[in-house]
Amino acid sequence: MIELDADVLVLGGGPAGAWAALAAAGAGARVVLADKGYCGTSGPTASGGNNLWYVPPDAGARERAVAERFEQSARLADRRWMSRVVDETYRRVDDLAAFGYPFAIDDDGVERRGSLQGPEYMKRMRRRVHRSGVTILDHHPALRLLADDAGTASGASGIARQKGGEAWTVHAGAVVLATGGCAFLSGAFGTNVDTGDGHLMAAELGADLSGMEFSAAYALSPAHGAHTKGLMMQFATYYTAGGERIDVPDPLGARLQVAELLAAGRKVFARLDRAPAELHQAMRDAQPNYFLPLDKAGIDPFRDRYEVRMVLEGTVRGTGGLRVTGDDCATAVPGLYAAGDVATRELVSGAVSGGGAYNGAWAISSGTWAGRGAALFGKGRRRPRARAAGSAGLGPGRLDAAAVVRAVQAEMLPLDRNLFRTRAGLRASLASLDVLWERITSEGLAGTGRERLRARSAAAMAAHARWCYRAALAREESRGLHRLEDLPALPRFEHRLVTGGLDDPWTAAEPREAAA
Amino acid sequence: MIEVVSADRCVQCDVCIKVCPTDVFDRGPDGLPAIARQGDCQTCFMCEAHCPTDALYVAPFSGPAPAGSPHTDEAALAGAFGEYRRIVGWGRGRTPGSRADRNHIFTERLRTAPRNP
Ligand SMILES: Cc1cc2nc3c(=O)[nH]c(=O)nc-3n(C[C@H](O)[C@H](O)[C@H](O)COP(=O)(O)OP(=O)(O)OC[C@H]3O[C@@H](n4cnc5c(N)ncnc54)[C@H](O)[C@@H]3O)c2cc1C
Ligand code: SF4
Ligand code: SF4
Repeated sequence: MIELDADVLVLGGGPAGAWAALAAAGAGARVVLADKGYCGTSGPTASGGNNLWYVPPDAGARERAVAERFEQSARLADRRWMSRVVDETYRRVDDLAAFGYPFAIDDDGVERRGSLQGPEYMKRMRRRVHRSGVTILDHHPALRLLADDAGTASGASGIARQKGGEAWTVHAGAVVLATGGCAFLSGAFGTNVDTGDGHLMAAELGADLSGMEFSAAYALSPAHGAHTKGLMMQFATYYTAGGERIDVPDPLGARLQVAELLAAGRKVFARLDRAPAELHQAMRDAQPNYFLPLDKAGIDPFRDRYEVRMVLEGTVRGTGGLRVTGDDCATAVPGLYAAGDVATRELVSGAVSGGGAYNGAWAISSGTWAGRGAALFGKGRRRPRARAAGSAGLGPGRLDAAAVVRAVQAEMLPLDRNLFRTRAGLRASLASLDVLWERITSEGLAGTGRERLRARSAAAMAAHARWCYRAALAREESRGLHRLEDLPALPRFEHRLVTGGLDDPWTAAEPREAAA
Repeated sequence: MIEVVSADRCVQCDVCIKVCPTDVFDRGPDGLPAIARQGDCQTCFMCEAHCPTDALYVAPFSGPAPAGSPHTDEAALAGAFGEYRRIVGWGRGRTPGSRADRNHIFTERLRTAPRNP
């Protein structure tokens, strides 16, 4: 049994967790960071990289950026939070430059800081976190949170999966959750570590969620892989299996039309033939990991038509997550803070996906605020007896974790269920998912030692799916990522939706004045 | 998915075992990393970038390569090992790939492109 004590425990070592650890250590806290995988390679930022919402400190430019993006958010974002994110991100990227991140210099000799290449960015973040005196525990997935007698988050416990599944416990004054979103093990580039574990652990302590209906984020990938880097698709022409051009009125809005064809069971092919030859090298330099899997498969995307598919990214590039209750990214549970994709991103991106801009910026800024907030709360706090909370998927039982995962995926992955939503379809899925949840809690999931993680993650995905679809049924309109039948956006739904509960999930409208 | 560990190139440093986010490798009895859980591989190429001796080959497919595929044949792959590490620009004498980043051209282009409603 591994036992440690800290002022702040950070769960998750993607960008949000790394920035949280730095901020907490900077505020004088003793910090432990535990990751399911490896801090520095784990999560979609590390593998995929981030274009950032990065606006230099020019008051006019920032005001315009916020105003424009607020409208794009389908009016569910919050302008004050948007401004905070722009400001914090800019300053933290300055830090990154000071840490020595090798930014590109453009043809005019100007350093370009709006894009971060994943492996380089996260390798440097790890080094910095390490040098700040933070104890990093790799391959130490958390399975449960600890709460003291007053219900305050006081640490976590889990398993060391490269030490035969040995149990660990970290007692802490405060906890930052930075465990990412949930992409339902779809395989989308770098997301298989993101199974919604943090949402489940927080809900078990009574935290609520917001924006879970904005979870139908899908992205295009070459069919042979799951490399969902979308930026270069601005140069794509789409074709049928017979080689006929698919007519899209707006090449940038082609995704939905392609999705409709794929949902109808048709094959779709792409070719980057709108790219001027003089840009080919720059495209490769910008998004090397879009081209690498094509090159390896012997496909020249500028010349060859290659089959594409849509891969679910759930609440990773979708928006919903734990509701935050204050500027320090506190959750409804005292002592528990949320950063990055595990928190709702509605405050910045509203009803739309934030991929390609806000997500990385949100991870940096919310991580910084949560780390600082947790340090203030947790430093030197006395902790009366803490106990592990939560049980779903943890008791020994009969259900097979892989079978549970397949059952959840059967409801969440299909385009005609999750992207093109209907009330009948959502109700049918919820009926199956509710039965599944009941079985998970009554029969338990099989798995001992390191396999306990698979069991717990399967339960977390089931909980996540139920929140997504409950919220989707409650929003009887279409807005942003949420498309329900052919319903239009309705003024009476211009507010956020809060969700929660495990055995008895609920949804409610967020009262305007309660908006964080 | 990860397909090949080259016994000739590997120096048994355990780096890939450490950095794989989904814990695909185990240390084999011979000291070489063994692909113990290929089904968990998410084709993220991270091990290929971090291996100091270009001893790993990750095939581009999200499922296992079929038996007899050139993607599992070390001899046929010779030049393909460590491709991602070269692109990322890690290893002695290389320039970080981020220096050549040109994303601003493409995000700018998207932002200013005329859109049909
Ligand atoms: C293909 C792709 C491209 C993208 N491109 C962009 C872009 O260009 N711009 C942009 O802004 N955004 C982009 N995004 C989104 C962006 O990558 C994410 O929003 C960002 O990674 C979120 O950071 P995070 O730290 O919250 O979560 P993650 O990066 O997902 O990290 C979560 C971490 O938590 C760990 N973890 C999970 N469960 C546990 C547990 N139980 N215990 C301990 N640790 C746990 C994981 O191992 C992981 O390290 C992209 C996403 C994808 C999928
Ligand atoms: S490609 Fe990624 S998931 Fe697969 S073995 Fe390598 S590091 Fe692990
Ligand atoms: S990282 Fe490369 S050299 Fe090190 S153990 Fe793995 S394969 Fe061998």
